Amino acid sequence: MQIPGSGILKGLAVTARNMIGSYFEPERLITQQYPEEKPKLPERARVFPFLIYDGSDPETGIRCTSCKICEKECPPQCIYIVQDRDQNGKPIKRPKIFNIDISVCMSCGICVEVCPFDSIRMDTEFELSSFDRFSSLILDKSRLLKPNSYYHQIHPTEAAQTDERIEAERRKKQAASAAKNTPSKPTTPSQPSTPPQTPNSIQTERPPASTPAATS
Amino acid sequence: MIEELPTRLYAWFLQLLQKIGLPSIIVDIVGAFLIAISTCAVFLALFALTSVLERKILARVQNRLGPNRVGPFGLLQPVADGIKMLIKEDIIPHNADKILHFLAPVLALIPSLLVLAILPYGSNLVPVNLNSGLLYYFAISAIAEIAIFLAGWAGNNKYSVLGAMRAIAQILSYELPLATSALCVALAAGSLSLPQIVQSQNNYLLGLFPNWFLFTPWGLAAGLVFFIAALAETNRSPFDLPEGESELVAGHLTEYSGFKYATFFIAEYVGMFAICALFVTLFLGGWLPPLPFLAFIPSWIWFFAKVCFIAFVMIWIRATLPRMRIDHLLSFAWKFLLPLAFSAFFALLLWHYLGRNILSSLLSFAFIVAAYFALGYPFTQRYSPRKRTYLFSE
Ligand code: SF4
Ligand code: SF4
Repeated sequence: MQIPGSGILKGLAVTARNMIGSYFEPERLITQQYPEEKPKLPERARVFPFLIYDGSDPETGIRCTSCKICEKECPPQCIYIVQDRDQNGKPIKRPKIFNIDISVCMSCGICVEVCPFDSIRMDTEFELSSFDRFSSLILDKSRLLKPNSYYHQIHPTEAAQTDERIEAERRKKQAASAAKNTPSKPTTPSQPSTPPQTPNSIQTERPPASTPAATS
Repeated sequence: MIEELPTRLYAWFLQLLQKIGLPSIIVDIVGAFLIAISTCAVFLALFALTSVLERKILARVQNRLGPNRVGPFGLLQPVADGIKMLIKEDIIPHNADKILHFLAPVLALIPSLLVLAILPYGSNLVPVNLNSGLLYYFAISAIAEIAIFLAGWAGNNKYSVLGAMRAIAQILSYELPLATSALCVALAAGSLSLPQIVQSQNNYLLGLFPNWFLFTPWGLAAGLVFFIAALAETNRSPFDLPEGESELVAGHLTEYSGFKYATFFIAEYVGMFAICALFVTLFLGGWLPPLPFLAFIPSWIWFFAKVCFIAFVMIWIRATLPRMRIDHLLSFAWKFLLPLAFSAFFALLLWHYLGRNILSSLLSFAFIVAAYFALGYPFTQRYSPRKRTYLFSE
């Protein structure tokens, strides 16, 4: 026969075990103490885009060529780009203004998919709240530009793949220009900024939309 | 020295007043106010402390950390809560009875503060030594029921009235076992005065084992009944039906906001501490130390330690048991607690009239165990509802 009230005692034992256990077994407490303890984001985490630059100077190392593909592709149209010009008014492959309105951006990552120059990537920085609804939520070039090392830090696998691909493309181009250079004029300017015409083995993991032909 | 600290401070203060040259009647009045205010202040401080410690304990049971943002370890949380409650809008519903709506929280708080007057906090710390203290306690605490119904009625809201009706049904049903089990203690001690009841538990079996009423065979049952009924009287979980937020929004508290709402909470928690204190006085030897050689620790520290322990058990139970259903609640009161209280009463008679010796203890213990199992048997059976027959439908 069951003792009346034994179930209550059993329940009390369970709660007592949990209460005392929480003082001695720290792995029981799964709450993250957020502002002090930063959450460990998964590697695929993405919040808003940022621009990558190579080397140490953001102005010269900027990868973006201001091709404006991302501006056209962005579904909510939150990217605004103005191409830079030199003294003669000739356009140069560098953005003068590059703004992303993160109050509109929906973190879809399409800009990343379409950029042929591996210039724009998703950031993991999410503490972006501000007292100002407008100016501080429009990220300009100075706030968007981050070094490649930062990219390696937040998305190591992805960044390594990207670097590998860029390196492979560079070598291919070098070999091609070397092959071209030996028979003909050596002064032909190599075109470092043209998008790759043929997808190589690493490129296959990107959708075909990354070629400019598919975007039009 | 520490034992007499409160009384000495009090005497010193009164002497100071006399030295200033105040007439003795004013000194008396000031003295009375001083006692009242300090007693209330102690319990309000306990309330503030529990409001955060309860959340901490509940959090720990659920493997969380609990409030830890305001002040060290979140101990200043009650201050933040108080400020929040004070600056909230005090909404009075358009169709409410304005006077009753205001009166209800006041009426809820006053009795729970009034009953603090007769509790013996230490060997010489009794604010008012009434020789019918137990009676006074039950008489005054019954006013709180009126306050709850007033609160439910004044809001002019169906949820409040339903909650208030549940509260009345619950509190009235549990008052009977509560009073009956307290009556056992009064009979055993031969007095209704609380200091007297504590004194009558003041001896030790073999010089070691405290002779508290909880450790007598009938006292075990009566203490159990009293404790469960006390949970129900103070609307503590699992008997917190009157404010069951999953069914009734917040019961009688639905139409209250701001500081009136807080007042109900203060009343509830002070009432909980008062009934814990009464439990300690009746069954756990009040301010007596558990072992005779521990008497060097001041009696009032023992008293408050026991009260806090009982309050902790109440929180522990809250963390464990889910809310009961209203029909289960009432049948539990009438079919289990009340008969058990009566059998505790009968066991007390056996124990007393057979000479309060080992034989009578064993006899009454056997009786209590038999009664417990007999009464508890239906509750161990699986609940199988009878087939309903409808009169008019079908
Ligand atoms: S993530 Fe999507 S919405 Fe945001 S800027 Fe890129 S394309 Fe636009
Ligand atoms: S698609 Fe890439 S390179 Fe072109 S403008 Fe956008 S970020 Fe710059």
